Amino acid sequence: MPTSREQILTAVRANQPPATPVPQVKGTWIEYDDIVGQFCGLLKSIGSAGYLVDSLDQINATLAELPAYQSATRICSLVPGVGDSSVHLDSLARAHELDQLDIAIVNAELAVAENGAVWISDAAIKYRALLFMAEHLIVVVPANGLVPHMHAAYDRLRLPEFADGRKAFGAFISGPSKTADIEQSLVIGAQGPRSSAVFLLR
Amino acid sequence: MLPDYHWECQFTPAIQLFLLRSVHPWRLMRVGLFIPCYIDQLYPDVGLATLEVLESHGLDVHYPPAQTCCGQPMANTGCNADAKPVAQHFLTTFEPYDYVVGPSGSCVAMVRHHYHGLIDEAAEHRLAAKTFELCEFLVDVLKVTPPRHAFPYRVGLHQSCHGLRELRLGPCTEAQVSRVNKVRVLLEGLQGIEFCNLQRPDECCGFGGTFAVAEEAVSCMMGDDRIADHQQAGAQVMTAGDMSCLMHLEGLIRRQRKPLAVMHVAQILAGRQPQQV
Amino acid sequence: MSHATLATEFVADRKRAAWHDSALWFVRSKRDKCAQALPEWESLREIASQIKQHTSSRLAEYLEEFERNATANGIQVHWARDAAEHNAIVLRLLQERNVKLLAKSKSMLTEECHLNPYLEKHGIEVVDTDLGERIVQWRNEPPSHIVLPAIHIKKEEVGELFHEKLGTIAGEFQPEYLTEAARVHLRQKFLEADAGLTGVNFAIAETGGFVVCTNEGNADLGASLPSLHIASMGIEKLIPKLHHLGVFLRLLARSATGQPITTYSSHFHAPRLGGELHVVLVDNGRSKLLASEEFRRSLNCIRCGACLNTCPVYRRSGGHSYESPVAGPIGSVLGPARDAAKNASLPFACTLCGSCTDVCPVKIPLHHQLLAWRKELADEKLVPADKRFAMKMAGLLFRSPWLYATAGRVGRFALRFAPRWLVYNRLNGWGRQRELPPAPKKSFRQLFRERKK
Ligand code: SF4
Repeated sequence: MPTSREQILTAVRANQPPATPVPQVKGTWIEYDDIVGQFCGLLKSIGSAGYLVDSLDQINATLAELPAYQSATRICSLVPGVGDSSVHLDSLARAHELDQLDIAIVNAELAVAENGAVWISDAAIKYRALLFMAEHLIVVVPANGLVPHMHAAYDRLRLPEFADGRKAFGAFISGPSKTADIEQSLVIGAQGPRSSAVFLLR
Repeated sequence: MLPDYHWECQFTPAIQLFLLRSVHPWRLMRVGLFIPCYIDQLYPDVGLATLEVLESHGLDVHYPPAQTCCGQPMANTGCNADAKPVAQHFLTTFEPYDYVVGPSGSCVAMVRHHYHGLIDEAAEHRLAAKTFELCEFLVDVLKVTPPRHAFPYRVGLHQSCHGLRELRLGPCTEAQVSRVNKVRVLLEGLQGIEFCNLQRPDECCGFGGTFAVAEEAVSCMMGDDRIADHQQAGAQVMTAGDMSCLMHLEGLIRRQRKPLAVMHVAQILAGRQPQQV
Repeated sequence: MSHATLATEFVADRKRAAWHDSALWFVRSKRDKCAQALPEWESLREIASQIKQHTSSRLAEYLEEFERNATANGIQVHWARDAAEHNAIVLRLLQERNVKLLAKSKSMLTEECHLNPYLEKHGIEVVDTDLGERIVQWRNEPPSHIVLPAIHIKKEEVGELFHEKLGTIAGEFQPEYLTEAARVHLRQKFLEADAGLTGVNFAIAETGGFVVCTNEGNADLGASLPSLHIASMGIEKLIPKLHHLGVFLRLLARSATGQPITTYSSHFHAPRLGGELHVVLVDNGRSKLLASEEFRRSLNCIRCGACLNTCPVYRRSGGHSYESPVAGPIGSVLGPARDAAKNASLPFACTLCGSCTDVCPVKIPLHHQLLAWRKELADEKLVPADKRFAMKMAGLLFRSPWLYATAGRVGRFALRFAPRWLVYNRLNGWGRQRELPPAPKKSFRQLFRERKK
């Protein structure tokens, strides 16, 4: 008896049509004159916030003014010099202990102007659940990691790997978690973070 | 430059026509007038209006009386075996003409895009290339100057789906493609005409052939929604390039006694005025 | 039951049908705005369509490439010929690890396979963690839309349901309040779950990984807390290259809900440290569909739901009237491919307006496929006999100009002089809500003849 794998592959091979060429992903893609303005404006429109900053101090000063940050008791920052970290991933037994975490502060590599997304990998995050468990997500991205659109993002993106060569997880995250499943009314803060902010660091 | 069909001159229409035929470049062109079956039987004035519009351009218009139907009802029900002889009959009937022109986007779309497998392939391409919906024929082939007679009404333009999405007679809201709206440009020059802004400028009316009866509930709701849209926009006259959509909409309008006149675009182009507004 | 019967029931509550229609029209309008903001929209659609067609044409090779790379990454790949095999694989994985509670995120494939009832029968608690899916799961209903599973339900009804299930305040139905209650409930489930199951939006042959897109973050929570992650995917979800995602992620959310991208587009390429990642590749009729020149492009679907949102019939008849895991235009193409007799009415639940074809981000010629299905169904005698008989008669009539003209005369004469009760009765589906067209004394052909004289 051939295995299911063989049966499926045989059927597919027998039924697939004559090969058609793979197209080039080429075109005149959208460009933005004010790319930072576009990125921050887009974040604003999806209930998030974007800031262009020159120093870590400036990030700390901005954070200090955020009500979510002011009332936070459990903060986990993976960005040295940003925020007062009170939760350390290494001291947790498992990701589940991240429940009730108020704030996560993480680094991202890329930011995409057309959709407000940032590319974050868990190569340097012991528990990737951090990104989804935190009530509020703060992201720091180098300003030169801002690209206009997804094609440029994939041109720059390298699939993340851990030190031992295992592949890591990566995600484009655009704004806080949200749902419109009840009568199409948008509610920010579904199962994941209730708010997010992105700092473009020059 | 082709003459306007509301050419101002003192001659009687018959003499005008004679003069036109003898001077302008289309005089040798034989046009087969395609009057879809339901228009022939139920809306003869739409057929007459189409004929008048074409003749006003000096064309040599023939109406082959052997014509019946394009075969769309059978083909759209999946009954291709029944559609085949009808399509074949259509082909034979219109074979002698340089152009086939009809006042229905839907029937023309059938002939142009859906005769595959119904008639022989060479004939299919030949027929497809010479068959036109009235408005696109006026705009693309004759390149006419739009008429300028008076039509002082608020008009709601219903964009029939097959005209819009099969024949591409105009831009549609789904696609980011700029296209000339061939129905609208013909009406735009009329004196006093005002187009209404519909909330859903190109949603289907719900006719859909046998769908109108098989899915009567949804069909009528769709029709009611279109009518309500035209009414909220203040339309006095609703027009379209397809009488089938209008037959369905008019059926609803008359049953509910709504104050909205229904006219085929050919009737407006031929200078008819709405009967009740 | 036929689509028409169920649709008639849905439309009977006109107010509710109108509410349903406008909720979806709102989504379609957001999609239009979002698409219009990108000048390259149409070329993206064209590229996406070509990538998908290319992938179909070399699917076997890409499946093997995917398997090779995924395995090298530490993902365990399983193959399932049909729904039963898929379900059995998932059950075995769960039972071997003694899983009691499964946190599931949205997957149309598991709907197609009826996975939930199967697992429940074997004593596993399944929690659908997408808010809309949780709502329909509690109501014991299938989703009515592939992207907006609970679009047919009013907030008052959700309020009542949550009052019963979650103890929310009776009479409270503000979406914010209800969503918050669901958040607390679902987060608890994520913490308790022993395994997470997700669908797959795109699988990348080149890298052996896959992408899952959600707004709520539920797929990520389910795949990040428990140590076992199972991902179920149809074999048509493959794309060749990583950078092809740039095209699809630009199109997907814009088409689906009019957002520039979903909140989360998560790229899974390997199990977490100490965890397991399994991918189940499911055929379930897909390889057969691939053989059909007419219908194979329906495999290109990225399940954005745009064709449902734009479909004037779907909007007014509701997803359940299709009685199929996927509703709307694409569901009406896929349904008969799975079971032609059961789904024979679906290709006729359509006016052939063509709007679906123009919104589809991968350019599936949906309305032409629906038309092609009608032909297949008629050939297989799955079109109702009265319809076929009528078409046979019409075919005969239209073959003879004389018969046609005579029938026309007789018909018009009868219409003009028949009493109203004879014309407008229960048998006349046209006349229930509509007047028949006026029956003129003379046809165009008669007038034409007279005019020439
Ligand atoms: S058929 Fe096209 S429009 Fe419909 S769900 Fe699939 S991808 Fe979207």
